[in-house]
Amino acid sequence: MLNYNEILATQDMIEKRHLDIRTITMGISLLDCCDADLSVCCAKIYRKITSHAKDLVKVGEEIEKEFGIPIVNKRISVTPISLVAAACQTESYVEIARTLDAAAKTCGVNFIGGFSALVQKGCTDSDWKLIRSIPEAMKATERVCASVNVGSTKAGINMDAVAEMGRIVKKTAELTADNDGLGCAKLVVFANAVEDNPFMAGAFHGVGEPECVLNVGVSGPGVVYHALQGVKGQPFDVVAETIKKTAFQVTRMGQLVGREASKRLGVPFGIVDLSLAPTPAVGDSVARILEEMGLEVCGTHGTTAALAMLNDAVKKGGVMASNHVGGLSGAFIPVSEDEGMIAAAESGTLVLDKLEAMTCVCSVGLDMIAVPGDTSAATISAIIADEAAIGMVNSKTTAVRIIPAPGKVVGDRVEMGGLLGSAPVMPVHDKGSELFVARGGRIPAPLQSLKN
Amino acid sequence: MKAVVTVVGKDRVGIIANVCTALAGFEVNVLDINQTVMQGYFTMMMVVEVSMCNVPLAELVTKMDELGREMGLSIRVQREDIFEAMHRI
Repeated sequence: MLNYNEILATQDMIEKRHLDIRTITMGISLLDCCDADLSVCCAKIYRKITSHAKDLVKVGEEIEKEFGIPIVNKRISVTPISLVAAACQTESYVEIARTLDAAAKTCGVNFIGGFSALVQKGCTDSDWKLIRSIPEAMKATERVCASVNVGSTKAGINMDAVAEMGRIVKKTAELTADNDGLGCAKLVVFANAVEDNPFMAGAFHGVGEPECVLNVGVSGPGVVYHALQGVKGQPFDVVAETIKKTAFQVTRMGQLVGREASKRLGVPFGIVDLSLAPTPAVGDSVARILEEMGLEVCGTHGTTAALAMLNDAVKKGGVMASNHVGGLSGAFIPVSEDEGMIAAAESGTLVLDKLEAMTCVCSVGLDMIAVPGDTSAATISAIIADEAAIGMVNSKTTAVRIIPAPGKVVGDRVEMGGLLGSAPVMPVHDKGSELFVARGGRIPAPLQSLKN
Repeated sequence: MKAVVTVVGKDRVGIIANVCTALAGFEVNVLDINQTVMQGYFTMMMVVEVSMCNVPLAELVTKMDELGREMGLSIRVQREDIFEAMHRI
């Protein structure tokens, strides 16, 4: 029998603590859409996506209503386009990006991920074509997200791709300069990318995945923050336990919604990604959770330890709540999308170097960070290489989503709008990395034993 | 299938009567009611059976929400599973 206090607690989490299902993402394989003729390939892609995902938004909205829990985003991820388009006789994949954009609009989803290439060990001709199409594709489309995996624990780091991605990020920013380089907010450079991630901008449908699958991403920084307010001053054992319990409850929502949506759509249920994904709304911040643990401002000494504990406790709590956990799972630290991170960056306490340290223990990486517009491509490549190295050595996913905002300098602010928020422009080191990046080649895969 | 109806608002005559009449009109059977008034605020939680409901559940949610607005109350209908999932292993 239901306890009325439990009913009130659930409603309180949803209404006052921003508990929501962040995304239901349908993964669709496009491997059967290959064709030598680009226009035929595009037609197949459009048809496949719009037939598989035609009810996604409708079903999402029904479930939202029946359970009374918001499902903030409905999204689609597809097979990395560098694989799908490899057979096409064309030099540019921008047309395919336009097709994905049109399919996303027809289905009513706000983002579609998978304009991607996996090049951790080397680039095929198709991978190069895709990478070089990214700036134009980001300019020409509204809802398409691109990602490139440049490294992995098993393969090492493809430094040729890293060098190119620095230039691609710069060019994407320049082509979308009218919107403060917004194109870069839809472009992620990964190491150890996962194949079942429901979160944008890095979602793609891996080749090990089934024909069609439904993945769910939950959220709830506000709920965790509120729960921690109830254990002020208590030791970390209590803090960890409190986070675990909360993460369990949040994840159960995701499991329930995912199961229901997969049943109604007739699509297998993939995984729950149990992430703490902040939004720019006050009270929905990961930084504020860290501060609640006793840090004056996020980014000060102790932040990495606090984040490590948070990340681990979220996973431990969530794992039991779902029969399949996957995706990125952990605490996200996107600067522009987190009200507390924005404040900490603006106060000068949270700097790029500290964020880099935090990415060693959080779920992903340097996310939604604005840097001055005159930051060189080599510096961006070097930032990507650092981040990929952290991922490679620690066997975890890391990523860089960085915006060299055209014409902006340290102290300015970049407005992305909506869930992407706004980012204060953060300083980078002014000493160059040109010769380092210009070497190219491959950083060998690291030893997996003798770990010290 | 069961659902939970939560009614919150300023107390006045006829809240239970109006809500139950509306539910009966949708063929929704009331299984359990818990109601209290705290500092003039009326709070009621009902567990109802919606298997026989004569409209889709999403529509019931909208209709009861509209009734709530007319009466100056918040009336929420949610599937029971969400509470079970969150608080039971």
